[in-house]
Amino acid sequence: MKGNGEVPRIGVYVCDCGTNIAGKVRVPEVVEYAKNLPGVVVAREYKYMCSDPGQDLIKRDIQEYGLNRIVVASCSPLLHEHTFRKATAEGGLNPYLVHHVNIREDVSWVHDDEEEATRKAKAIVHGAVLRVAWQKPLEPQSVPVRESALVVGGGIAGITAALTLAEAGKHVYLVEREPTIGGHMAKFDKTFPTLDCAACILTPKMTAVKDHPNITLLTYSEVEEVDGYVGNFKVKVRKKPRYVHEDRCVGCLECIEACVFKEPRFPNEFDLGLSKRKPVYIPFPQAVPPVVTIDPETCLYLRLGKCKKTCVEACGDRNAIDFDMQPETLELEVGTIILATGFKTFDPHRTPKYGYGKYPEVYTSLEIERLVNSSGPTGGEVVMRNGQKPKRVGIIHCVGSRDKNTNPWCSKVCCMYSLKLAHLIHERSGAEVYNFYIDMRTPGKGYEEFYNRLAKEGVHLIRGRVAEVTDAPLHPEEEGKLIIRVEDTNIGVVRRIPVDMVVLAVGLEPQPDAEDVRRLFNISCSNEGWFLERHPKLAPVETFTDGVFVAGACQGPKDIPETVAQAQAAAANALALMDKGSVLIEPNVAQVDEELCSGCHICIGLCPYGAISFNEEKKVAEVNEALCKGCGTCTAACPSGALSQNLFSDHEVFSEIMGVLL
Amino acid sequence: MSAYEPKIVGIFCNWCAYTAADLAGISRMKYAPNVRIVRVMCSGRFDPQMVFWAFKHGADGVLIAGCHPGDCHYQEGNYKALRRFKLLQKLLDQLGIERERVRLEWISASEGEKVKQVIDEMTETLRRLGPLRIQETPQAPEAVGTAGGGHHG
Repeated sequence: MKGNGEVPRIGVYVCDCGTNIAGKVRVPEVVEYAKNLPGVVVAREYKYMCSDPGQDLIKRDIQEYGLNRIVVASCSPLLHEHTFRKATAEGGLNPYLVHHVNIREDVSWVHDDEEEATRKAKAIVHGAVLRVAWQKPLEPQSVPVRESALVVGGGIAGITAALTLAEAGKHVYLVEREPTIGGHMAKFDKTFPTLDCAACILTPKMTAVKDHPNITLLTYSEVEEVDGYVGNFKVKVRKKPRYVHEDRCVGCLECIEACVFKEPRFPNEFDLGLSKRKPVYIPFPQAVPPVVTIDPETCLYLRLGKCKKTCVEACGDRNAIDFDMQPETLELEVGTIILATGFKTFDPHRTPKYGYGKYPEVYTSLEIERLVNSSGPTGGEVVMRNGQKPKRVGIIHCVGSRDKNTNPWCSKVCCMYSLKLAHLIHERSGAEVYNFYIDMRTPGKGYEEFYNRLAKEGVHLIRGRVAEVTDAPLHPEEEGKLIIRVEDTNIGVVRRIPVDMVVLAVGLEPQPDAEDVRRLFNISCSNEGWFLERHPKLAPVETFTDGVFVAGACQGPKDIPETVAQAQAAAANALALMDKGSVLIEPNVAQVDEELCSGCHICIGLCPYGAISFNEEKKVAEVNEALCKGCGTCTAACPSGALSQNLFSDHEVFSEIMGVLL
Repeated sequence: MSAYEPKIVGIFCNWCAYTAADLAGISRMKYAPNVRIVRVMCSGRFDPQMVFWAFKHGADGVLIAGCHPGDCHYQEGNYKALRRFKLLQKLLDQLGIERERVRLEWISASEGEKVKQVIDEMTETLRRLGPLRIQETPQAPEAVGTAGGGHHG
């Protein structure tokens, strides 16, 4: 007589998972063993327990054998616990009377020895059988989900997610740290493989974000604090002062014209320093919101307190400029969160052999994106720093990708954007273009066809990892050129190819502050630093924190179509939560046995959520179940055994420990 | 099997360590089969009594694994685990049980490799130490900490 006082009648289901488990664990032997364990009424082997027929076995046996406890030994409970809880409930039992244990990820996939794997699987089943007897029927608590969302990052991922949610009638707070939304895509001229104009497809969406009645756009802002849980997040956003009132500025740009700096002289971040801006600036003409920003680092008045303030004069009675503007903290309440914080490109200073920063004519691909952009610093002309058109250009693939010394991963987009740049450079300058690649990776709709088109257009495709870029000539024709030294592995010859301009196809990396962001939102990062999805295949936009989703390249390298698809998927997930209006919270909260509680107060100080208080009348501790998140810290600490965590009571955990020690 | 193989109980937190063990599985890393993982929601659920209970029921070691400092899904449960672990170590000394038999590790969800490494290492250490032997009768207080002290259950 355990758990809720019933005599346990346990059904044990051991899954083959095709050959995933059965290939290493002798499943029939585990089943035979389980049959003789205390309380076990029936034990079965099945090929795929998660399939419908597998779940039906559980449902049928509950009815036929009057089972009151279920054990499933298969894959990780993080994958299928909910499946078996659902099946148990459909069979007519309380869903919390099932215990799901892992003999795949923890056994068959990690042990080669059949004997050892089988022994371990039996031990795990033993632990589960002993523990499940103590499990009690529970009712999950339902909490409301606010119908508003926070989207972090205003690139194409964040824009898409925000618009999808807003169109569905949910209120969205879109937070972007730069003065404008648009992200990396706003920097591109054309997109592969269709060569359609990036601005033509992006800027209408940017404007739609600004104009949408359901979107509150917070640019030049960063999330500072996140509290709460699924359905009820409390978020603090810090709005940096841009010294211009967004609601008063009409984007006439007269202040820029009037600035005491007659010529732009500070590097324009949006053009990666290839052009100059003034202290009062707009990142690019189509920026959203279309308002200016004053940079406190370079503005004379903000730095020194002394200036004629000709900008204020030019603004006139619009009074948009305000040098006394202070940072502002906004407190938002949202039901769901979508992180779309994007990527950064690899810094090629880390591969000095390619001469970036040493030779002025070595550029990153992102810099070239600005050069070929018709609204970029050269108006779309591909010219060298001396203003002349290059005759030969070399594009080096895989810089900061597929490289043990820098980043081991493939950045996925570089082959395709390098082909695109080859086309655009040739189109704009007439230059002969060489692409140096290791493998040409073009999976995607229309991608291989684009590669074939480029090959026909006469781009030179040389297979080999470039050894170095040098300016030391060996022959007269190499004088004044940059020489790319490479082994052409297609013909087995080391070649020296003199060019005027070198483009480094830099890879994609996690944002430098991805680690801080993931802590803020209580999610995980992969080893490389990308945000970790809940499951690589079946939950690619969910995270381990309920209500927090990821979209776009913050989760790993992605091109635009994939990013958009993922953003819409994240929005759909968030919508599903918000439309339902409520969410069931795992009932693994702590409870106090008033008879046992001695009123020592130890638990009260330990609870990180302030969920435990002291009832002065009864002189016992009390748990507020709405605040308890189910960590079990209090249960471990209670000296009188009065506190007990649902699903992880002492009886349950200690029985399992005893059981696995077979 | 004739050679001695230690039995180790793993108390793994749901969010980091247990997920990392899943990752080790998905990545088909091979490691020693000596650890039996018991999942708890947070390493803050770790109770030193679990260790003695495990020893009583035949364990040679206990491995507690939680999120890295600052990463706890429940804010600070791992710090609570650390506090209890430090106390437990003193208790182990007094009982004459080798400290190496109880290990606390921070393993993030992405550190499948660390699951393998820690389990292999701990298994190897315990193979060297041999089976846990606890005497039936407690030692006199003055002997505590010098010879193999006694405690049962």
